[in-house]
Parts: sequence; C-alpha cells; structure tokens
Amino acid sequence: MAIKDYIRERFFPHMWCPGCGHGIVLNGMLRAIEVLGLNKNDIVMVSGIGCSSRISGYVDFHTLHTIHGRALAFATGVKMSRPELNLIVPMGDGDALAIGGNHFIHAARRNIDLTAIVMNNRIYGMTGGQYSPLSGYGVSATTAPYSNIDQSFDIVELARAAGATFVARTTTYHVQELSNLIQQAIVHKGFSVVEVMSQCPTYFGRKNKEGGPADMLKRMKDMTTPIGSKAKQSHTELIERGIFVQKILPEYCSEYAGIIERAMKGH
Amino acid sequence: MGKSKLIKHIINRDWCKGCGICVEFCPQNVLELDEQDKVRTTRPESCIGCKLCELRCPDLAIEIHIKE
Repeated sequence: MAIKDYIRERFFPHMWCPGCGHGIVLNGMLRAIEVLGLNKNDIVMVSGIGCSSRISGYVDFHTLHTIHGRALAFATGVKMSRPELNLIVPMGDGDALAIGGNHFIHAARRNIDLTAIVMNNRIYGMTGGQYSPLSGYGVSATTAPYSNIDQSFDIVELARAAGATFVARTTTYHVQELSNLIQQAIVHKGFSVVEVMSQCPTYFGRKNKEGGPADMLKRMKDMTTPIGSKAKQSHTELIERGIFVQKILPEYCSEYAGIIERAMKGH
Repeated sequence: MGKSKLIKHIINRDWCKGCGICVEFCPQNVLELDEQDKVRTTRPESCIGCKLCELRCPDLAIEIHIKE
C-alpha cells in the first residue's frame, strides 16, 4: 500500500504551520506502518489535545481524539478490551509529560503493549507558545519573556525509570532513523516510548531566534549524536539518539489474561 | 547506474506550504521555491532519487517515482 492509502486525504492540506515537525513525524510513522504492512483495521490511534494530537484526524485507522493528557488512559482501555489491536499513541511534550505525566509513568510501569510517540517541540504551540516541562532552562517562551528558570525532563531517563521496556530517541532531521525506530517500537511487545525531537518554527523557533524550519532541522542534526559515539566523549552536551532500552518483561494484557484464567479455574 | 533510472517528481501544489525543507536538504539542488512559494523541480536531470525530499516533507506534498 502507498502511504496515501493510510491517510484521510479529504482533510489535507493539514492544519500544521509551514515547516512544522509534526508533519515529518506523520510522514515517518506512515512509512513505518507501510513497511510493517499492517492492516488499517488493526491499528487504533489515540491522541489527546494539542497541535501534535491533531495527527489522529489525518490517518485512516481507528482513531480516538480524546482529552488533554489522557490519551494513554483511553488507549489502556482499548488495549485491555481488544488486546489483538496495535495501539499507537502520539502525544505532544506537554500533553504527555505535564498534563498527562501521571498516566505516562503508570502506563510505563504496567508495561502495557502501547506505542507512545512523544513529539517533543519543547513548547505549547496551539495555545500560543507557553513553556512546557521540556522547554528547558534559559529558553524564551511567551510565558517566559525573561527566559525560563525551569529545568526540563529527560524523556528517555523518565521512561526508563518508570519501567518502559522500549525507549528510543530520534529527531525530525533523521527521517530514516525515525521511521525505523517507530517500526521497532510498534513491533515491541510492551510499553514503548519514542521521543521525536521536533521543531515548532512558529513559536519555539521565533522566540529563540533559531531561524526557519530548515535552520531548526540543521540544529537538530548538530546537537545530537548516535548512542556511544566518539563525539559524545569530547562534546558531552550532545544529545544521544537511538535505542536506550529494549528488554522483555511480562506484558500487562497477557498477565491479565492469565489472571482471568486462574480466577475461572474450577467454574 | 544513475542514468538508467527514470525519475518522476510529483508535487502536490495544493498541499505544499513552501517551508523550504526539501529545497535546503536536496543534495543535488534539484528543487526551488517558485514566486508563489511552492516547490518546483528546476534540475530534474540531476536528481539521484534519494527521496530525502519525500521523506522530510511535513506536508506529504512530494512523491518521487523511480523506474529502474
């Protein structure tokens, strides 16, 4: 199937700004699904609120556009009732880790078989460029005109500590890696998290004088390095990309099926 | 190798928003933005079919068809 067969063409062109990284995530994710050859009817995409969450409107799968931060909670419900379906949960950085921070860590802890894609553009774009828990120290935002004093989360470390069994990071510049990691995350049995560093030229880029979309992509290339590269040893400020965690632990739905079986014994 | 390929660029002008990402990262400078800020192919003969434009387009507005 061509990737156009996976989208709802009637809603295009999409509502994202010119050069928005979320479109690149959509592009990469569709290619991952195309390579895996998944049936559209076997995929459920659940999203919350924000620019990133509008992604669910554009794909021709089963889609749920739910409430702010609670996409993982809805996805947990769907997965528990229909464990044979593939659940993909794209979220923004604020949606996943501020409003939905608790859902995020507990979904990771349970190791339920969902694929969480965190589209991290380090800002709340839809509401006008307020800083998020991923903006980081020293960043300018509408609500931090004299620069932000909050430290940021590290999504990879947070997901790892919370118990996610697949954790990866990439950027919208590294499109082949992006598609490849999403593919592996979907295949992984357990809670998988893919952080995609994305660009918001309209707010983050403009407030922080990072130039246009292409300039922001170049920055992404320059500020990251593959895990374990030599460059990281001499330039410790570089952000690592790749797969950080990949392990097999009991999956929540399978465990629950086991509980049902035990409870029904003798009936 | 490269010369035996037949490469066709299909650009959806209605979907293109003129962000310029494809133009900037094309390794062969095949693309440019026209006066309406929509992408167009100016040097199709130089295209090596790497598809980086297609993969990086946030608007799904470029398709590269390659016939070997």
